[in-house]
Amino acid sequence: MAQTPGPQMAQTAQSSHPLHGVMAEYDTGQALVDAARKTMASGFTKVEAYSPVPIEDLNTIIHKTRTVLPSLILAGGLAGMATGFALQYWASVIEYPMNIGGRPLASWTTFIVPSYELTILFAALTAAIGMIVLNGLPQPYHPVFNVERFSMASSDKFFLVIEARDPKFGSAAAFLRETGAKGVYDVEE
Amino acid sequence: MDPNIHRPMALQETPVILPGHDFETVTETIAEIPLSKRFPLGWVGFISIALFLLFVLHMALGYLVMKGIGIFGTNQPVGWAFPIINFVWWIGIGHAGTLISAILLLFKQQWRMSISRFAEAMTIFAVACAAIFPVFHTGRPWLAAYWLFPYPNAMGLWPQFKSPLIWDVFAVSTYATVSVVFWYVGLIPDLASLRDRATSKVKAVLYGMVSLGWRGSARHWHRYEVASLILAGLSTPLVLSVHTVVSFDFAVSVIPGWHATIFPPYFVAGAIYSGFAMVLTLAIPVRRFYGMESLITMRHIDNMAKVMLATGLIVGYGYSMEAFFAWYSASPHEKFMMYNRMFGQYAWSYWTLISINVVMVQFLWLKRVRQNVGLLFVMSLFVNVGMWLERFVIVVTSLANDFVPSSWAHYTPTLWDYLLYAGTFGLFTTAFLLFLRFVPMISIFEVKTLLPQAKVKAEH
Repeated sequence: MAQTPGPQMAQTAQSSHPLHGVMAEYDTGQALVDAARKTMASGFTKVEAYSPVPIEDLNTIIHKTRTVLPSLILAGGLAGMATGFALQYWASVIEYPMNIGGRPLASWTTFIVPSYELTILFAALTAAIGMIVLNGLPQPYHPVFNVERFSMASSDKFFLVIEARDPKFGSAAAFLRETGAKGVYDVEE
Repeated sequence: MDPNIHRPMALQETPVILPGHDFETVTETIAEIPLSKRFPLGWVGFISIALFLLFVLHMALGYLVMKGIGIFGTNQPVGWAFPIINFVWWIGIGHAGTLISAILLLFKQQWRMSISRFAEAMTIFAVACAAIFPVFHTGRPWLAAYWLFPYPNAMGLWPQFKSPLIWDVFAVSTYATVSVVFWYVGLIPDLASLRDRATSKVKAVLYGMVSLGWRGSARHWHRYEVASLILAGLSTPLVLSVHTVVSFDFAVSVIPGWHATIFPPYFVAGAIYSGFAMVLTLAIPVRRFYGMESLITMRHIDNMAKVMLATGLIVGYGYSMEAFFAWYSASPHEKFMMYNRMFGQYAWSYWTLISINVVMVQFLWLKRVRQNVGLLFVMSLFVNVGMWLERFVIVVTSLANDFVPSSWAHYTPTLWDYLLYAGTFGLFTTAFLLFLRFVPMISIFEVKTLLPQAKVKAEH
């Protein structure tokens, strides 16, 4: 892992690697949210925040869009229901019709339970796999991991990154220092 | 969501997290156990016993496959005996884990956060133990694919989709899959915490792989929260459906004592009751052994005891309704079934279960009892026994003395019945001990959300 300069010593010029962005560290979720608000208000666009706990506000502030996951899960659930019903209908009515006590072959009420279970199964798998895939995981490498302090992002520190592809990136490091950051670091690619 | 976690003691209620914790101490307390290099002596001792029982399980299953089900006491008229009793018992225990992680999440019960992780682990391992019985109860597990899964046999014949037994296959396999998925999704951020704190390269790489490269970005968390909430919403009807369908295995038949409309809610309540007893059985020694008293506080113990009391009362209501139905049905077979349970050849099992599940559970009304950890531990063991006996009473008494006296018989389990049952404890305990050692037993990030550090003011 590449070493980065210690706190308060962001270097921008002499690094041998291209930059992914600059990262600011905060002590509390509140400080991170305040900084994120300021950053977005100042016209930065390629911004990401990292926190050890979910903070719903951050997504609203930075990304402004909500995930499509709920619609995918609904579609997954409906596909599960259709699969369950079709499987039973096909097996009981088309593939091997069998008269049991004169009951109708397509006795849909008895098909409810497996159809219902497959609804839940498909929806739950869509929820889990959808969350992982939409998040771009599994992704073993990401530039933010190059910052040594970032290992605290899963413990008790909060981070804000402005990426190098942001049009206003030139002023990013200086800007972040003004947001009450405890440290500002370069993030190498 | 104001947890008021550092509520003064004057309010007489123990907080969900004892004072003095911050993000760092929470991470440290929980993560140090899986990351430690030490294998505590107590852990080694317990896993030795567990591995011995796991060996017993292998031996019992091996002998079963070699000899067939003649090694069991199961025979006409008691054609359903230990395997179904143990199956229902284990699957019922699992229900508490899903209740804690899903239903209590929807109700925003913050006390669930400290216990949800290992209650869910308990669910998965209990379902694994339960699954052994339907797969092996025929003695021919390789044929289970034909009978259980929606797959035609050599003559093109499909499973009977109008039978609750096949519904059960769908319900239980969905339940097992969704429980594993829900549990793993909950683990991802915590595995990332372990990755970041790992002291050795091997651990960092292993925990890094299973945490999938989780970064905790705003985007990550947003999708994560949406997925978790919907998974909880999906698991809630699922967990209620599982024991409902299990009860259909009985209720859809015409055997006296089984053919009752009370069965689904009565089974679900019993499942949650026995599950909470098992959570207490596990939580009480674990919090002591690993020094987790500041995260699994007396508040949790007290709340779990209250849930046990509430569901125990529903179970007691079920027993009284069974007796009422038997009388009100005016069916001589139903009336005899109830008389036989109370005074027949298995009366001892009925009265033992009544004294545990109806009488003993009333002591949980007393706060003094709910605050006495040792006593609660013993009571939770009794509840586990009581709920096993409930299934024994339902299965065996109804079958041993059904309609025609000439077909009545006495059922006695054999040594192999007991060994197979004991062996599943080996599987359960081994899996649970490995979980305690290598996986964070309490959800690190969820517990953190209860702390003041996680609070963010709304936009002003």
